[in-house]
Amino acid sequence: MAQTEDHAVGLDQYETLPRRILTVWLPLFVFVFVLLFPFYWMAITAVKPDNQLTDYANHSPFWVVGPTLEHMRYLLFETTYPRWMWNTIIVSVASTTISLVASVFAAYAIERLRFKGSRITGLMIFLAYLVPPSILFIPLAFIVFQVGIFDSRLALILTYPTFLIPFCTWLLMGYFRSIPYELEESALVDGASRWQILTKIVLPLAVPGLISAGIFAFTLSWNEFIYALTFISSSENKTVPVGVLTELVRGDIYEWGALMSGALLGSLPVVILYSFFVDYYVSSMTGAVKE
Amino acid sequence: MTATLETRAPRRRRLGRLSESRNGLGFLFMLPAAVFLLFFLTYPLGLGVWLGFTDSKIGRPGVFIGLENYRWLFDDPVFWLTVFNTIFYTVFASIAKFALGLWLALLLNRHLPFKNFFRAVILLPWVVPTVLSAMAFWWIFDSQFSIISWSLMRLGVIDQPINFLGDPWNARWSVIAANIWRGIPFVAISLLAGLQTIPQSLNEAAAIDGATSWQRFTKVTLPLLTPIIAVVMTFSVLFTFTDFQLIYVLTRGGPVNATHLMATLSFQRAIPGGQLGEGAAIAVAMIPFLLAAILFSFFGLQRRRWQQGND
Repeated sequence: MAQTEDHAVGLDQYETLPRRILTVWLPLFVFVFVLLFPFYWMAITAVKPDNQLTDYANHSPFWVVGPTLEHMRYLLFETTYPRWMWNTIIVSVASTTISLVASVFAAYAIERLRFKGSRITGLMIFLAYLVPPSILFIPLAFIVFQVGIFDSRLALILTYPTFLIPFCTWLLMGYFRSIPYELEESALVDGASRWQILTKIVLPLAVPGLISAGIFAFTLSWNEFIYALTFISSSENKTVPVGVLTELVRGDIYEWGALMSGALLGSLPVVILYSFFVDYYVSSMTGAVKE
Repeated sequence: MTATLETRAPRRRRLGRLSESRNGLGFLFMLPAAVFLLFFLTYPLGLGVWLGFTDSKIGRPGVFIGLENYRWLFDDPVFWLTVFNTIFYTVFASIAKFALGLWLALLLNRHLPFKNFFRAVILLPWVVPTVLSAMAFWWIFDSQFSIISWSLMRLGVIDQPINFLGDPWNARWSVIAANIWRGIPFVAISLLAGLQTIPQSLNEAAAIDGATSWQRFTKVTLPLLTPIIAVVMTFSVLFTFTDFQLIYVLTRGGPVNATHLMATLSFQRAIPGGQLGEGAAIAVAMIPFLLAAILFSFFGLQRRRWQQGND
């Protein structure tokens, strides 16, 4: 389905301005406000001094007087937070790389080599994409324990590809399909091997697809929670989402400033990455649905 | 290029024979992905079903006990409460996500300035790690210092803070609200991509024929969008039904199991509780529901093929 990027104003031009404000701009701003408010609240809490944090009588909760970096300093220098950040980076980069490499070969084989049973394999990959981690984590914990990689980053690096490979393969199949077959045929006639066709013709043309799949896979592994919660027990091996939730929450007194700083800092890397590649991100999200 | 080919030739001979046949090369290329998926996906799926029939504990493989776990769950009121909670959570959150997501997609499909900016900003709740944004909701739903309670008290709507997560029904609606917040971007952006494939001219033609905007929506836009709605909502239902993170952060299943979903109950029984077998049985009990959702998606896709008139 090609997108019809017509820039026709359509029927919108017949609407009067007051009606347009009421039916379009007002709901849109309510949506944007609701969707963004938790982030604002997270950010403002992260820089509030402790005395203003819960003192709504003397300080407006929506604003901060004299913002402080005390919570961030505490987080970075007095907790294991930097270590969790490092673990998350290593696990995300490693599992994304493994998944991309495996997916490129698999997608090319299914889409272009058309080996016997490739259609069934493609269907199986799609079904694998639909298997949720919530029903896999118990047997996986069992396996991880038996293999002897329990409580190590390797446990996460090896299990994250289970949800990354199906997704990346499915997405790359769509991209490979859009590359004209004639290009490969003429290369074959000129005596190129399959390996040369893949590395010199198909991959350079599929770079946007590789970026989309890579970014999305990186974000998915950065955000993963249930496997990391189950397979990791010692503090120095935890990832950011698990570490912030299990180590920074102590007793009944919540240090909201530190918690929100942890949430903010943990979100920043994916948000920054996302802001550079919005279009790739959107195309991978909608691509997986539309194919 | 020919020079490098010749020097590599001897080393390649053994692989060469395999890679000359289409099936052999296909097998080689599929190998890495297949090994991963077979060992870490297919095998655990089977193992999970097997564990459901055993009394395994953490660190100790159990023995086959037949349907004992399921019989035990069948008589367990907490299990039936979580089934109810999961269905309640999925139904209400999915309907709201669909309605609000479609509305947002329709708004964004109009001719707007800063359209790309809005699209980028709206996707943020989906991009940020769920656990971390759920912690912001935890703070927003605080029993004493909730910003929502404070604002409503300032406006004079209520007299005392709302106990968002402490009361069973309040807690149910609060976690649903957080789930809707997180799910709207996915539904909206996916449906927007679907809307952009519908040519404006169809709407214009309908308008010239005298269709009202409501008629244009129900008779032109909605039928053309149905196939994508089917797929998007199947994914949305799957994600919602198997949700774990939001509940784990906000309530851990409490108060008095009012917000326990099947995924969180399965985790609680299996990992902190140590009863791997029973946890696995709860996870297996989710599969029939998931299959129903996938079949729904399958028929949605079929209809789309038929509409396009090929394949």
